[in-house]
Amino acid sequence: MSMRTPYKQTEGLGSAKSGTGHFWQQRMTAVANIPLVLFLAYFLIRHLGAARGEIVASLQNPFTAIFLVLALVSILWHMRLGMQTVIEDYVHGHGLRLACLMLNGFFTTALGVAAFYAIFKMSFGV
Amino acid sequence: MPEPKSAARPLSPHLQIYRPMLTMMMSIMHRITGVGLYFGMVLLVWWFTAAAVSDGYFELVQGFFFHWFGRLVLFGFTWALIHHALGGLRHLLWDTGRGFDLRVVEWLARVNLAGSIILTVIVWVIGYGVKP
Repeated sequence: MSMRTPYKQTEGLGSAKSGTGHFWQQRMTAVANIPLVLFLAYFLIRHLGAARGEIVASLQNPFTAIFLVLALVSILWHMRLGMQTVIEDYVHGHGLRLACLMLNGFFTTALGVAAFYAIFKMSFGV
Repeated sequence: MPEPKSAARPLSPHLQIYRPMLTMMMSIMHRITGVGLYFGMVLLVWWFTAAAVSDGYFELVQGFFFHWFGRLVLFGFTWALIHHALGGLRHLLWDTGRGFDLRVVEWLARVNLAGSIILTVIVWVIGYGVKP
């Protein structure tokens, strides 16, 4: 039995169990996404139909690899926050909601690790 | 902590009570495109990982993207991305406390919708210029 008052237990916690952190990170990644997604789009259009060797060669340029990793970090972070909001809005059962929030974390993390592995492998050329 | 008692309170009117309006539809589309992009990111990561695996596997994946169905999916992805990005710019403008005048709101919604279509076509024209 907790000796804390009910007020103390909920202080500073919204339905998302956090304060303005979610909002701030959502906006920060949104702003970062503007130049980073433009760079990603430029990279993809430039390599339309390119052979694998050309993509590997481009990724040997450290700036290209670093900016692609930055783009993916910002995009995936933004995605996770957005999907968290969608889940909190539409998934009502407590257990199911927790499961969805967890899967959201797993999914975005797995995508990130897979993409970073691929980019680093090509960039380091080993 | 005791469970909060649920009192029989009146519910606020929800979506089905309102006449569909452009601004409302754009808000819904912002969320739908966001969810679509979320799952669509699998394709980008698939492409990157394929490029890191082998020539043969990369060609297989390229074959999917250059197939008419792959192109259709990518066209949809392009539109969703641009629509969501322009919608995001609107939200960033609103975050500064500007652009809440109803006429401005309506104008922004139209620009967002028209801009997303025009820019998508432009991107694809450039794309076909790079690789027919």
